[in-house]
Amino acid sequence: MFSTSRRTVLKTAAAAPIPALLPGAPASSGVTLTVNGDTVTRQLEPRVTLLDALREDLGLTGTKKGCDRGECGACTVLVDGRRTKSCLTLAVMQQGREITTIEGLADGDRLHPVQAAFIRHDGFQCGFCTSGQIMSAVACIREGHAGSDDEVREWMSGNLCRCGCYPNIVAAVRAAADEEQ
Amino acid sequence: MQNFAYRAPASTTDALRLGTGTGARYIAGGTDLLNLMKDGVQRHDLIIDLNRLPLHDITPTTTGVRLGALARMADVAAHPQVRRRLPLLAETLLAGASPQVRNAATIGGNLLQRTRCWYFRDASMPCNKREPGSGCAAQHGQNRWHAIIGGSAHCIAVHPSDLAVALTALDATVHTLGSGGARTIGIRDFYRLPGDTPQVETALRSGELITAVDVPSTGLTGRYLKVRDRATFEFAVVSVAALIRTGGGGVVREARLAFGGIAPVPWRSAEAERQLIGRRLDDAAIEAAGRALTLPAAPREHNAFKVPLVRRALATALGGLR
Ligand SMILES: Cc1cc2nc3c(=O)[nH]c(=O)nc-3n(C[C@H](O)[C@H](O)[C@H](O)COP(=O)(O)OP(=O)(O)OC[C@H]3O[C@@H](n4cnc5c(N)ncnc54)[C@H](O)[C@@H]3O)c2cc1C
Ligand code: FES
Ligand code: FES
Repeated sequence: MFSTSRRTVLKTAAAAPIPALLPGAPASSGVTLTVNGDTVTRQLEPRVTLLDALREDLGLTGTKKGCDRGECGACTVLVDGRRTKSCLTLAVMQQGREITTIEGLADGDRLHPVQAAFIRHDGFQCGFCTSGQIMSAVACIREGHAGSDDEVREWMSGNLCRCGCYPNIVAAVRAAADEEQ
Repeated sequence: MQNFAYRAPASTTDALRLGTGTGARYIAGGTDLLNLMKDGVQRHDLIIDLNRLPLHDITPTTTGVRLGALARMADVAAHPQVRRRLPLLAETLLAGASPQVRNAATIGGNLLQRTRCWYFRDASMPCNKREPGSGCAAQHGQNRWHAIIGGSAHCIAVHPSDLAVALTALDATVHTLGSGGARTIGIRDFYRLPGDTPQVETALRSGELITAVDVPSTGLTGRYLKVRDRATFEFAVVSVAALIRTGGGGVVREARLAFGGIAPVPWRSAEAERQLIGRRLDDAAIEAAGRALTLPAAPREHNAFKVPLVRRALATALGGLR
């Protein structure tokens, strides 16, 4: 969805430096994650969050780091089909689970209906919150929490949009929910 | 975040053996602990992942519902038995955090989440809770969020959990397991007022695990009212969990009132409850309950507004139960 140059800029801006290993601290170990159907093993320190593992170690920079504190929702991914904030869990804790990121939604070149609805309804401006919004919306619809505008606002409240695209986001989620019925 | 060793034991015995070591800390959902560790507010050498322990179940009991310590907030709120027998609990859980956080956050972790006091969460500020003896910056600092009842000269931070407020109204019991064996602790004995040891927040001993929470269904009619700075996805400025049983002529037979955002612990007010017993739930009774609630209030520079706010919140909650 983004051009290479834009992705590089975002990656540089959002990636927090990971401090060097302290002397005597426990070293990395093999962590096996299943992401978008692929099972991969990486040497990771226990302190690496799922978000940092996805972005820094697996090169999946579609998942964004906004606050790194659970407050913005930009890092939302699905774990065993449930939406969760990848900044608030350790990669090592998610072994053996099915993780889905924004990169895993489309079917080849065919966009997921929620992705298509966000484009059709102009549900983003800068796009920084968008992958989190879409992952959250996929789950929100599947949970059956997209029946009215108010319900969408409440059940999408874990995803903030600094550009204030909320009316169009609500419209996109409602439209995608209607389509699935 | 400082690095640490990680273990994921499969039995409570192994968890307890690891958990009693110095520098060890349990992790459940990780939604509070990881923030505190990223901010350097807490540092731990060993993180023990509890998620392999068999403490996830939500089970109906003869008296109510038993919540495993690792049951997720979202799963408890959606559980048919909880919705039917403990609607107040479901309502309260859905008023907290966001859908993503509720999918990860556990019942045990929720009860043990730490205060959102900004001085506690800023490792560069003095805080007796984080660093005993360093002072309390909130006493004369920005104390809009802080306690109006139950604070001390050492700490006026409030407990942020919505769940704990509802469980206090519901008279829940906390089951624990430590190296000395199993214990059952009433929720009202679980939390500790700060006094001169604000670093001691609960009755839990070092390394002790929460295994489950028993919530009796009451047959009372209840409501959780949460007042926030924005419509949703925000901690309470003040909150009220009210449970009422009325008899003939609308006279109140039983009342249980618990409050969040006003005290360092979920605050149960027997004084306010007493004002309602034997009376109809009219404006005069509600007003009397509010006055009794805030009689011991000692507000600070920025939080005097909580006195009328919590009374109005109580009036609104009780008005909805008439
Ligand atoms: C953005 C955001 C908004 C939030 N809003 C709200 C809100 O509006 N209302 C509200 O009530 N909460 C709110 N929360 C707090 C949230 O509910 C807690 O972070 C969560 O419940 C903690 O549970 P956890 O399983 O993730 O705990 P963890 O973070 O894993 O653990 C918390 C603490 O509990 C200990 N612990 C966990 N389980 C056990 C156990 N079984 N035995 C012994 N010790 C244990 C851990 O060692 C740790 O010290 C919010 C959190 C975030 C990030
Ligand atoms: S980056 Fe995870 S919620 Fe903001
Ligand atoms: S589109 Fe810019 S933050 Fe949402």
